[in-house]
Order: sequence, then structure tokens, then C-alpha cells
Amino acid sequence: MDPITVIRSRTVVMPSSNIDTDQIIPARFLTTTTRAGLGSALFADWRYGPDGRPNPEFVLNRPESKGCQVLVAGRNIGCGSSREHAPWAMLDYGLRAVVSTEIADIFRSNSLKNGLLPVVVDEATHAWLVANPGAEVEIDLDATTITLPDGRAVRFPVESFARYCLMNGVDELGYLLSQAEAIAAYERRAR
Amino acid sequence: MTAKTLFEKVWDRHVVVPETPETPAVLYVDLHLTHEVTSPQAFDVLRARGLRVRRPDRTLVTMDHSTPTDTAQVFGGKPIVLESAAKQIRQLEANCAEFGLDLIGLRDDRRGIVHIIGPELGATQPGKTIVCGDSHTSTHGAFGALAFGIGTTEVGYVLATQCLLQRRPKTLAIEATGRLGPGVSAKDLVLAIIGRIGVNGGTGHVIEFKGPAIEALSMDERMTVCNMSIEAGARAGMVAPDDTTFDYLRGRPRAPQGDAWDRAVADWRTLRSDAGAGYDQRVQIDATAVEPMITYGTNPGMVAPVSGRVPERPGDAVFARSLAYMGLAPGDALRDKPVQMVFVGSCTNARLSDLEVAAKVLAGRRVAPGVRMLVVPGSQQIKREAESRGFAEVFIAAGAEWRESGCSMCLGMNGDLVPQGQYCVSTSNRNFEGRQGTGARTLLASPATAAATAVRGRVTDPREFLH
Repeated sequence: MDPITVIRSRTVVMPSSNIDTDQIIPARFLTTTTRAGLGSALFADWRYGPDGRPNPEFVLNRPESKGCQVLVAGRNIGCGSSREHAPWAMLDYGLRAVVSTEIADIFRSNSLKNGLLPVVVDEATHAWLVANPGAEVEIDLDATTITLPDGRAVRFPVESFARYCLMNGVDELGYLLSQAEAIAAYERRAR
Repeated sequence: MTAKTLFEKVWDRHVVVPETPETPAVLYVDLHLTHEVTSPQAFDVLRARGLRVRRPDRTLVTMDHSTPTDTAQVFGGKPIVLESAAKQIRQLEANCAEFGLDLIGLRDDRRGIVHIIGPELGATQPGKTIVCGDSHTSTHGAFGALAFGIGTTEVGYVLATQCLLQRRPKTLAIEATGRLGPGVSAKDLVLAIIGRIGVNGGTGHVIEFKGPAIEALSMDERMTVCNMSIEAGARAGMVAPDDTTFDYLRGRPRAPQGDAWDRAVADWRTLRSDAGAGYDQRVQIDATAVEPMITYGTNPGMVAPVSGRVPERPGDAVFARSLAYMGLAPGDALRDKPVQMVFVGSCTNARLSDLEVAAKVLAGRRVAPGVRMLVVPGSQQIKREAESRGFAEVFIAAGAEWRESGCSMCLGMNGDLVPQGQYCVSTSNRNFEGRQGTGARTLLASPATAAATAVRGRVTDPREFLH
């Protein structure tokens, strides 16, 4: 995983609340055995018509959305299924951060494991972002801030160890493996 | 000694390395449930890093999501129609062989939905930590276990280390007072709870369901309630173990036996929240007032009594969009809404008592013309029991399809689909857009409501048939 420090991008806005992971990637794409190439399935039922052609009304299909790496979504994005295919699809498509007032637990955890930044902001900041699609923002993981075009920097919470892993481009498995002795001691103690 | 909640007791027992400001706790996992959909990429990571599975004895592997429920495809030698599903099944078989894991495979008579067979085999026990790459792992909390869904990366961590890195979640007590009325089920209760606290009401929390209405529930019913904790956004749901729990587990193949059983029960009896233990939040609900419930929208929080109407929410564009998807309008009555499909199944409601109540409603009656009804048992063992107790005969005589166990029509990835635009009363857990198939319109309800609706071809209060 490449280390993450700063993401600068225009935003794409999907203001609906409760966008569940079945919308992010429908179940029929889950019979895959790899994590690659899921970007084409991202939001498939909203993005394509029944004939398989792109729905021009859907925000990701609009020309101004091309290249946007930051998704601003309504409250409680990522609720529902634990499928990690959701962040995999977003990353493969080209998204690098998801901003909302609330992000569902498992989706947030899965996102952090893959380098998709979950950014939770206050209602006022969120309302501004929703009202200003395409705004150029800067997300700084070191400072844990998202900076709006007017220069206002808003702090966001991020679990400290996940942040360390993302900034150093390492996963948590190395740390867990390094705890082998403590784990073995626990197993002897517990049974 | 400080008073502790049930959750805190189970959590504290499993801390391998305590959390610090810099690092989350290393939490030990007693039981890792694994299935074909969320594991292939995790085995790839193990392979790439030269790692083995640390505790095959604590890993229970089966297949349920992408498996067909058509008997000919499971047992009859007919090829699995969905080639990608067949490939995923073969991949799990190969991974289990390579990593030395016992697999409860496609034709195994112990097979079923992973959240149904864990308890059925007695592998799910009070006080355990249980994880699975599946959000409905919350089901197992019905036994007083701490059970939660994880992503595939974490499936890999658990395979390799039997541990996870976790920050301690907050706690939410939901106290259900009173008692459910006749014909009102645990499904109605949990739908009413989600309707009250919302689909994000439990985010960041572990719920403890308590109170007289919860204590009065059977294990099957407690599993239905805990199963849907995730639909309120909660990490997990738990119920303190009691004699109902121990009676369910006694004698099951993976439960402790003999003296070990007595020791286990003595320990399990301590797994109750102490008097005076604090929760971060508390909610109270009067179970006596709960009626048969049904959803009308595209998340489980959009729910009303069967006797009710679609509410008005002027100016709420998301609500309006959801109703447009459902083909409903504010003020519409839910009762008598015509449906084309009925699904009785899923990890929420495919246990023997669910099938029993559906059979009770259907006995001597027929599925209405123009309605297709699927009854999919939660496991092969439940299938056999339902056959020996005559439920299957009732379903078949009524004109329903009686199939092999699996996730089936709860989610559209195994060939069982609701066609575009059709209404399906479903005993599953999610009414999300497209969940049961592209354009499918799902109405979540209890097995009794589903069966009563199948008979009339219209949304029906099951109490009409049960009295």
C-alpha cells in the first residue's frame, strides 16, 4: 500500500443518507475471488441503465465528476453488508476519500485497511460541501484536517494506529504477527 | 469491584494486549466462522506472505451465500448454473485443502447458513468472541457471545493470528418491557426497535437486549433479534445467557460434555450485567404494544405496523426517492397491498420455529394464484427436521417451493431472484434497493406475516390466521 499524506481533489456529491454497501456494489458481483477490477461495478444499479449503458443522470457519469477522488455522501454511508468489495470498488474506480457526517462501522474499518480515507465532519461543514459540489478540498492525514477552498481547515477524527499504518504504507498484520508471544501466552492462560 | 456489563465481561476476558492511546487492544477470537464469499482474498494474503492458519480448530468453514438451493444443482449432478458461484465454491474447497481446514461442504449434511449452523452445532457458546466476514455475525450474540462482522482483510488477520485490533465500542441497553402479544414475533419486535432508533441508532455501540420481553424469548427468537442489530448500525447485539440458553446448547456436538458442561454452565451464569453497571445509552420499548410490522421503504428503519400507512415526510427527497423505488406513496395502506413473491428464509428467520409458524398458517390452505413462494430452510438439519415433522409437506401441498438450505433470496448472488418491479414479502433482513435482485421491491416481515400474505396474495396481518 502506498503511504498517504495529502489528498487534493475536487469533490463529487451524493447527498442521500444511508447509502448501503449493496448500492456501492450489488451482491451479484461478489462471486469474484479477487479484489481487482471491481471499479466497473461501483454503484452499478445507479450508474447503468437496464441496457447496461451509463445513466447520464447519475452523478458519477457527469463530465465534471471525472477524476474526482473525494466522495461527499449523506449520513451513514456504508451501512449494511460487511463486504470489503465496497472500498475495493471505490478505490479501483479512483476514489481515495469518503466524507460524511457519519460512516458505518464496518465500512469505515474496511476503508482504513485499504487506504480509502473515511472523513467524518460536522453538520455545517458537510452542509457546505453538499451545497458546493466540485469544491477543491485538501485532506491532510498528518494534520487530520480537511481544508475547504476558503482556507478553513476542519479537523476530523481518525484512529491513531490506523493513521500510523496509512501514513507509513503498512498494514496491521505485521503488528499483530509481532504479538505472537503475547497471543501464545494468552492461549496457555485461557485454556 | 466495579459493576460491569455483560459486554465488558466478555471483552475483558479476551484482551491479549490492552489498548493504549497509540494502539487498539489485541482481542482474541475464540471462534472464526468463514464462508466462500469473503474469504478468497484473505487466503491470497496468507499465501503471498507465507503464513498458515494459526488455529484450524477454532475455524468453522462452510458455504452458504453463492450456493444454489435447487436440489438438482446441489445433489442431482446438475451443474451449478452460475459459473462464477461454482468457481467460488471450488476456490473455498481448494483453500481449505491447502490450509488444512475442515470444510462443511456443499453436500455435507451439517451444511447451512453459517449463522444457523454455528449455534446448531453448539460451536456458538456464551462468553465467546465470534467473528465472521459477514455482518449478520451479530446473530450469535443471542447466546451472550460477543459476535461481530468483519471485512476480508480482518478475516486474513484472524486466520493468521486468531486476533484482531479493536477499540472498545460503546454500550447501548435496549430494555423490552411487557410481553409480545399472540401472533407478534421477535421479528416484529426488532423491526419496531429499528424503526424507533433508526438504521444508525446503534453505530459505534454493542447493544444488550434485556428486560422481561427478551427473557421470555426462545433461542430462535433471540437470534432473530440479535441478527438484526447490525440493521440498527450496531457492532453487535447480546442477550445474557440463562436456562433457555443452556437448555438449547446441552448435548449439541460441539458443546462441552460431562463435567466440562457443568463447569461451563457455572461460568456462563456469571455472564450477566451487574446491578448498577453503566451503559453509554439506554432505550426502553414496550413489547406489549408491538404489532406485526412490515417495511415499506428501502432500509429496515422504514417500517410500520401492517395495520398502518406509509407516513408523510414532506420535503424529504431521500424518503421520496425511496418510495418511488418501492412504487408507494405517502398515506398508502400497507395491508392488502398485492405481492407477487414470498420468501421464508435467511439467517434472520429460517430456523425450525420459523418454519413451524409458517406451516401453521399454511396448513390446509394454498398459496394464492399468481404468487411464487420459496421456503428455504436455514440448514440441512432444519430441512430434515421440518420434513419429519410434516412442515415440508404443508409447504409443498400449499404450492410453495421447498428447497435446499442457503442464503437464497436474501441476496441476489445464487440464482434465487425477485424479478424487476415485483413485490416480495421476505423474512430476511434487508430491503435495500436491488438486494433481492435488480429492481426488486422487498417488504420485510415475520414468517407468520409472510405466510399469511402468501395465502391471500396481499399483505396480511397473520393474527387473522392464527386465532
